[in-house]
Amino acid sequence: MSLLRVESVSRHFGSLVAVDGVSLTVEPGELRAVIGPNGAGKTTFFNLISGFFPPTSGKIFLDDRDITGASSHRRVNMGIARTFQITEIFPELTVRENLRIPTEVAQGLRLRPWLARADDERVRARVAELLELGGLADKADRLVGELPHGDQRSTEIMMALALNPRLLLLDEPTAGMGDRETYDITTLIRNLHRGQRDQKLAIVLIEHDMRVVFHLADRIMVLAEGAVLAEGTPDEIAANERVQEAYLGKAA
Amino acid sequence: MSEVNRKLAMLAAIWAALILAPLWMPLVGGYTALGTRVMVLGLAAMSVNFLLGFTGVLSFGHAAWFGLGAYGCGLLLKFVALSTPLGLLAGTLLGGVMGGLLGALIVRRRGVYFAMVTIAFGQVFYYIAFQWSSLTGGDDGLRPFYRQPLHLGVATVDILHNSTAFYYFVLVCFAFAAAAMGFILRSPFGRTMLAIRENERRARFLGIPVEMHIWIAFTLSCFFMAFAGSLYALVNNFADPRGLHYSQSGDFVMMAVLGGMRTFWGPLLGAVVFVMLQDYISSITINWQIFIGLFYVACVLFFPRGVLGILRRKATT
Repeated sequence: MSLLRVESVSRHFGSLVAVDGVSLTVEPGELRAVIGPNGAGKTTFFNLISGFFPPTSGKIFLDDRDITGASSHRRVNMGIARTFQITEIFPELTVRENLRIPTEVAQGLRLRPWLARADDERVRARVAELLELGGLADKADRLVGELPHGDQRSTEIMMALALNPRLLLLDEPTAGMGDRETYDITTLIRNLHRGQRDQKLAIVLIEHDMRVVFHLADRIMVLAEGAVLAEGTPDEIAANERVQEAYLGKAA
Repeated sequence: MSEVNRKLAMLAAIWAALILAPLWMPLVGGYTALGTRVMVLGLAAMSVNFLLGFTGVLSFGHAAWFGLGAYGCGLLLKFVALSTPLGLLAGTLLGGVMGGLLGALIVRRRGVYFAMVTIAFGQVFYYIAFQWSSLTGGDDGLRPFYRQPLHLGVATVDILHNSTAFYYFVLVCFAFAAAAMGFILRSPFGRTMLAIRENERRARFLGIPVEMHIWIAFTLSCFFMAFAGSLYALVNNFADPRGLHYSQSGDFVMMAVLGGMRTFWGPLLGAVVFVMLQDYISSITINWQIFIGLFYVACVLFFPRGVLGILRRKATT
């Protein structure tokens, strides 16, 4: 059974067709990249999967259950977590608090007006583990808004991971980063994917940096003008003429 | 001093000042009843700030729940039973339940729309109290009713004539309410409130049903507000329709902002500053509100973090 099955979704904004009949199947444990020129509909596609807004047509299934109409927070509870192209964090809280909130949500504690000692210890232990995994342990008590961009990105990824997702959607995780930070984030993503392999964590990422894409992805989907241009392994995509055309422009 | 020690020192200072107020207030030209009044207004401002400062939601009609609390308490004392605790209970329930019901209708609104709708609801209650003279006393307010002696089993305390005893009664009520607020803010639920304040979109995509959590925070805030309003009816032995008016809501928001809305105790300090200014300026000119307004504008422009916000910043740098 596939983890995620997207069947021919489209999204119109007035007369603009941002996503046009895109289908995608993601298996548990897969690491998939979505690439394409600016305005190809990649982020819109992510918004459809994560429930930011509903598709104009088409259907989305998680574990063969139709989630097309489910609210975004329900999808999180079902196992879909995401990050955003422009970092979305809680700037005036510490890194530890940023990670604590999703951890408590994941453990079903979000409505609790108090916390039993055992629960508190379990939450603390999990937060410590996430801090360690994300390489953030030495900055745990700093306000996230005061940290460098790369650390904010790592925090956001770890927040998503704190939800124990089965599908993690990363929207341009290396956007706006220098070489060093790009390398660190790429390593982090690969380690997370390997580390969670027994839980079969699937990752879908949008990425512009081709080094990152070819380094990480098992399979690549290419979008152009809202539609699927090509789909395949990194080698297949690299050899695909239509992809080269879309990226480099038609040879005269 | 470490962060924790500083917090403990501040807590100790606040509670010492509150507990000893009947001793030191006369020395600085105050009197006990003034202390009681400021504490109740401070609790109301803290309730507004529970929503504004910690959930990031501005209700500009919160006086409605304050006033409903006052009327609930007064009506019970006047018509139903001569019992101070029952009066508090009735007022708190009336304001809190009404707040919760109406809150459910408006939690999808945001920002200025939310503020406008809360003003509108507040004004509805204001005009009901204003027009329904046979029950509420209309423009003259609800009277007569009097706070009743407290029966503590072993002893009976006269809180009507003994202003010090009444002060301590209000202090105990205040302490319970403040402790409950502090407790909630430190809980997992309280952290989801902060999450919504900080970044609503992120909160939603961390699996928090934002509207539901805002509604719960709003309702809790209404209960605290109505509790403060009930106490205020006891302070004055009187319930005033102006206690429901949006200008009263504005005063509470001002207290919260003056004191520092990202801080727990700021609004209490804001209430102190507000009442002092009001007292002082109104003894000089009848147009005192202009000067409070100017002071408020200056504060927002130059000290957006409020009095306590500045003090805290000084302490950390």
